[in-house]
Amino acid sequence: MSDAAVTDLDHTEHADHHDVKPVRKTAMWVFLGSECVFFGAMISTFLLYRNTTNGGPGSEIFDIPFTSASSFVLLMSSLTMVLAHNAFEKNDMRQTRIWLTGTALLGATFLAGQIFEFTEFIDQGLTMSTSPFGSSFYMLTGFHGMHVALGVILLAAMAVLSLSGRLYEDRGLNVELVGLYWHFVDIVWIVIFTVVYLLQV
Amino acid sequence: MSGEVQTIRSPGDRGVWAWITTVDHKRIGLLYAVSAAAFFFIGGLEALLVRTQLFGPNLEVLSAEAYNQLFTMHGLTMVFLVVMPVAAAFTNYFLPILIGARDVAFPRLNAFSYWLFLFSGLLIYSSFVLGGAPDGAWVGYAPLSTQLTEVVRMDFWTIGLSTLGVSSIAASANFIATVFTMRAPGMTMLRMPVFAWMSLVVAFLLIFSLPSVAIGLFQLFLDRNFGALFYAADAGGDPLLWQHLFWIFGHPEVYVLILPAMGIVSEVLPTFSRKPLFGYPFVVFSGAAIGFIGFGVWSHHMFTSGMGPIAEAGFGVATMIIAVPTGVKIFNWIGTIWGGKIKFNTPMLFSLAFVAMFVIGGLSGVTHAVVPSDTQQHDTYYVVAHFHYVLFGGAVFGYVSGVYYWFPKWTGRKLNEVLGKVHFWLALIGFNLTFGPMHILGLNGMPRRTYRYPEGLGWANWNAVATIGAYTILVAFLIFAWNIVRTHFLAKGERVGNDPWDGRTLEWTIPSPPPVHNFDETPIVHSLDDFWHQKYAENEEGRAVRIPAVTGGAGDDVDWPGAEPGTPEGIHMPSPSYYPALSSLGIAITGAGLIYLPWGFAAIGVGVVVMIWGLFGWSLEPVTKEH
Repeated sequence: MSDAAVTDLDHTEHADHHDVKPVRKTAMWVFLGSECVFFGAMISTFLLYRNTTNGGPGSEIFDIPFTSASSFVLLMSSLTMVLAHNAFEKNDMRQTRIWLTGTALLGATFLAGQIFEFTEFIDQGLTMSTSPFGSSFYMLTGFHGMHVALGVILLAAMAVLSLSGRLYEDRGLNVELVGLYWHFVDIVWIVIFTVVYLLQV
Repeated sequence: MSGEVQTIRSPGDRGVWAWITTVDHKRIGLLYAVSAAAFFFIGGLEALLVRTQLFGPNLEVLSAEAYNQLFTMHGLTMVFLVVMPVAAAFTNYFLPILIGARDVAFPRLNAFSYWLFLFSGLLIYSSFVLGGAPDGAWVGYAPLSTQLTEVVRMDFWTIGLSTLGVSSIAASANFIATVFTMRAPGMTMLRMPVFAWMSLVVAFLLIFSLPSVAIGLFQLFLDRNFGALFYAADAGGDPLLWQHLFWIFGHPEVYVLILPAMGIVSEVLPTFSRKPLFGYPFVVFSGAAIGFIGFGVWSHHMFTSGMGPIAEAGFGVATMIIAVPTGVKIFNWIGTIWGGKIKFNTPMLFSLAFVAMFVIGGLSGVTHAVVPSDTQQHDTYYVVAHFHYVLFGGAVFGYVSGVYYWFPKWTGRKLNEVLGKVHFWLALIGFNLTFGPMHILGLNGMPRRTYRYPEGLGWANWNAVATIGAYTILVAFLIFAWNIVRTHFLAKGERVGNDPWDGRTLEWTIPSPPPVHNFDETPIVHSLDDFWHQKYAENEEGRAVRIPAVTGGAGDDVDWPGAEPGTPEGIHMPSPSYYPALSSLGIAITGAGLIYLPWGFAAIGVGVVVMIWGLFGWSLEPVTKEH
């Protein structure tokens, strides 16, 4: 068998070399497609219950300037993610580590903002049990927050692994795949921010 | 075949540990099959108890409470723990072989999917000994499902289905990546066997439908345990939202259950008619069309919920449209057997019965598309009759056909034909006795999920017939089980070579059972049904004529000329790993903890630690270890 044919068949987990075909990326895109439906179902639920406040607080309690600032932080983390991936492609582990850590810190900052925001809203009387509006708001933003938290854990883990030089391209945990996931989580936030916070008609 | 090609693997291919750590798609397929068979007999037993209760008017074989649990668990089991994993079993075992690959794209993810399925099934079933099984029907309509809160029953359902969903999404992503990136040289998309195509369509259906019900299940869970108000009508919540979220998943799900069976039938009919599949591209694209349109018909389950005439007309028309690609398939199957040299053995009989029974179920389905008619049929036994004709007479017969067809490939032995035919006729007669009368019962107004019925409504006789039919099905499947035990475990079945049926597709080019690496030499594919064309040419009248250059035929080992020489140094297969089983165990423990809040937080802690340990170990270990 020719060498080309051998590499063609022995891609993916069957061999320890670089993916010839983007097997992992294919699966990641499929997973992100699935995630779109996850968030789509929750956003639909929120739109259904946007004005169902059951006598409790509604969207007037949102602090748009504050959330805009934390949204900006999250968007900037996509930029640092690109820089991390770029450095990794150039095999510059120090730069990779710096940008991975930066991305994780920006993500953590966003999460801290979200936790602060939640405590503010709870103080103003909006909980999961106040109204269908509250239930769907906390479920949607909380679910997104859990995605960010998972991303932060993955980014931090990769930064730690890079210290001992164990950050490989051909493992499930790699910069490109986590990067795809991270950008997706950011893009979803743009939709959530627009639909939940900005569209107040 | 050439014997010098060795598979390089870690030692210890035997014993329980080898099965727990296996990443071989064939072993995982068999694990799926065996687990699904066990759940099939449990689910069947539940159905028999339900049927026994309904044997005559005013019987009290079961308590009403037990009855509710049994019909709920019957539906839940048959859909999620039998038909889906059986489809997964066939897909696991045969998808890679049919497209000429040595394994799926992610062997460890594959193992993870299996173990998570098994643990989820066990979690759901543990409810029987932990205070009672789910009892709000498999569709779990809110607000009934949110109000049954005195015990945790419905939480086993919300959590169990969620973790099963994770398992299915992982498996689907895996199969999609496999089809898109692992096909052998020359295996273009339109040279793939129909079963591979249907597996691909099903994977897409699951990927895009499961999240919808998962979100609905989380909402129910939050309503039940954290005081959320998604489905609390007094706070402005809308219980109809659940029906939408459920059926956006639930209707594509019925195609998830039936399409792989259609794929199997599309392999069996050409093989035993000794003709190519009639209109292959039409069968493939109508399968894909069913997948697409399947996302636009969900509200035909909700015609009595008051959606308004426009929505009802739209979904009614869409439902009628989906009958068109289904009809295309049926005519193609008839075209396939038309004029063929038909061999009426057991796999063929089950496939033919599939077509016949599915036509009946499909036609009663079209009557549901007519909104006024559906309003009469809604929640009656007519609906029960309809979906059992498509899911038992359809899907189950198709999968049983697949078992008879591929059993020689799994074990190297053919199932007994006499027992097979007894199984077939008893199953066909028992099936029609059970579900045929339900059409009449339903049109006479018998509601489904009813615990008892009084005398004098004219339902008694047909219910008695249905119950007798159900026991006939039991006998039929006990014979099936005996056939499998006798053939394989008692080793009394006839031994066969690579190609017992004179087959058309790649699985018949390799030994039975296949070696770990499937193909000694990577196949090079030149056409659809390549193996057949290597064996046969056509004369002027279009008849198949065996090519003399190839030695052997049915039952013989054919040295397949389409293969290239193997690599002499051996074939590296991924090493066994216990991390997939460990990660899925962690998820199951977490799920169990969620059911028993608040003190379940301890279990959640343990489960999350186990899960993270498993996932990190998994992502950091090399795929093929040094030896």
